[in-house]
Amino acid sequence: MNIPKNLLYTSEHEWIRVDGDQVYLGITDFAQHHLGDIVFVELPELDTEVVSGDSIAVVESVKAVSSVYSPVSGTVVENNEELEDSPELLNEDPYTNHIAVINIDNPDQLEDLMSPAAYEAFCAEQE
Amino acid sequence: MSKLIFEKNHKGSNSFTIPPADIPEVDIAATIPPSFLREAAPHLPDISEVEAVRHFVDLSHKAYGVDNGFYPLGSCTMKYSPKINEWAARLPGFSNIHPYQPAQTVQGAMELLYNMQNLLAEITGMDAVTLQPAAGAHGEMTGVMVIKAYHQHRNDHHRTKMMVPDSAHGTNPATANVVGFDVIEVKSNSRGLVDLEDLKSKMSPEIAGLMLTNPNTLGLFEEEIQDIAAVIHEAGGLLYYDGANLNAIMGISRPGDMGFDVVHLNLHKTFSTPHGGGGPGSGPVGVKSHLADYLPVPLVVKENDKYVFDYNRPQSIGKVKNFYGNFGVIVKAYTYILALGAEGIKDAAQQAVLNANYLRQQLKKDYHIPFDRLCKHEFVATAKTQMDENGVTTLDIAKRLTDYGFHPPTVYFPLIVKEALMIEPTETETKERLDDFLQAMSAIAEEARNHPEIVTAAPNNAVITRVDEVTAARNPIVKWEDNF
Repeated sequence: MNIPKNLLYTSEHEWIRVDGDQVYLGITDFAQHHLGDIVFVELPELDTEVVSGDSIAVVESVKAVSSVYSPVSGTVVENNEELEDSPELLNEDPYTNHIAVINIDNPDQLEDLMSPAAYEAFCAEQE
Repeated sequence: MSKLIFEKNHKGSNSFTIPPADIPEVDIAATIPPSFLREAAPHLPDISEVEAVRHFVDLSHKAYGVDNGFYPLGSCTMKYSPKINEWAARLPGFSNIHPYQPAQTVQGAMELLYNMQNLLAEITGMDAVTLQPAAGAHGEMTGVMVIKAYHQHRNDHHRTKMMVPDSAHGTNPATANVVGFDVIEVKSNSRGLVDLEDLKSKMSPEIAGLMLTNPNTLGLFEEEIQDIAAVIHEAGGLLYYDGANLNAIMGISRPGDMGFDVVHLNLHKTFSTPHGGGGPGSGPVGVKSHLADYLPVPLVVKENDKYVFDYNRPQSIGKVKNFYGNFGVIVKAYTYILALGAEGIKDAAQQAVLNANYLRQQLKKDYHIPFDRLCKHEFVATAKTQMDENGVTTLDIAKRLTDYGFHPPTVYFPLIVKEALMIEPTETETKERLDDFLQAMSAIAEEARNHPEIVTAAPNNAVITRVDEVTAARNPIVKWEDNF
């Protein structure tokens, strides 16, 4: 299981990369592995105001349809449109292919996220 | 693969002719506004009568139902639909009436509805029943709306959350969500039952209720149901019974006696009406007396030896379906209950449990059974052994079963069990038929050991071989391209 050391994680199997006031958000290797072949991604609209815990995107695989939740409040400033035509990118390289970029309101919310070590332990518990 | 009927188009095949009109012709374009007129004639296939008949008969041969063979779809209770049910539903007094007829002209049908309300109340231990919901999930929605109405009527507006176990049918959280509740998941313990400690830790004045299936989706009876009911009721919540698995306990124990406040039933599962392919279904909802005022209108009541529709129920959540539910389905289920009688209903449940336990015991030789103890009407096996040792998954085994002429069981559900095969034989299967199924399952286990490539490539003999699900989902072709 690939869990990069430079990212933060959620219990819903999303990864977060912090870049100043912005966070990049995607799904983890664990998530893509368990979902199987991803066939469709519904992206958030630009400028959407999100509250932490909101569903911001939908990932559909041959097995299941899953929501992607934002662990932070803020505004969607970018969505990765490439995923609309090539949803398989999330299977091929889940950490390079983010789903959205969010301008965060409150950096304190990042403190609730899991470290790579904590996420690794969390995944082990789920197996 | 069969050709589509459009691909069988041959100009001039259709030998029907319309006789010349014996009234003056009217110019359509002169009488109907152009915006309502189509620009081109519809592209209907030109095909002879006999070829059209053959086309549809050929398709009907490719369908598979419980009238063709064993159909052990877990939690779906694909029991045989006795043909006497069809006879009853086609009696002219039931089939030639209209819902707009005055109630006094259809007293026989009204009496049937009234009796059915009472029979279902007796079977479930409830005080009042509506027959209106059109199917299971619709019944769930009706039941959860009743729970919401109850809390709101008491000015208890803080109850915004509904609890659902992690082994629940997917419709439970979906229903709670549709009715406007946030879903709180309750964990299962190591015995596959609701974890009472987890339940207690999540109870709060915000909890509207708990939606529970008993026996649960692992086919296991929730032994601590009375303690669960006490925890919910002490905190002011209500207990909802998902009736999908009632077949295991009907005539033996009653949700009402276990402490449930609301029950939905699936007449198309437990009470033998046709299931799948549009059924249609029927999802009656029963409630205890403290919720009766909130049921949909109308209920059928008896006044001075006459049956009437009671619309005078001011607390009612309103109508949930036009007219009185899927009446023909209710007639079939009523026929089933009367044909079996109280003893027969109990026998059916016992046979269903016996059949499931027989399969569980026999399948153990080849398949991993995660909760291997006395089950109710269904149980969960897995492909763990086959996957670990031979790389053969549950999906492969399910596909291979179709080569052996069986409908596969429910797969990959409940979600808390990996590689799940959820098997529900139902009471109507003979031991010989169960043995045929066991033989096939055993043969597949043998193939997985010695020739796994046969199983992973299956189905090999079916009309449609292994479907490329990824390409089908990524680039679906859902419309025939018109080449006329």
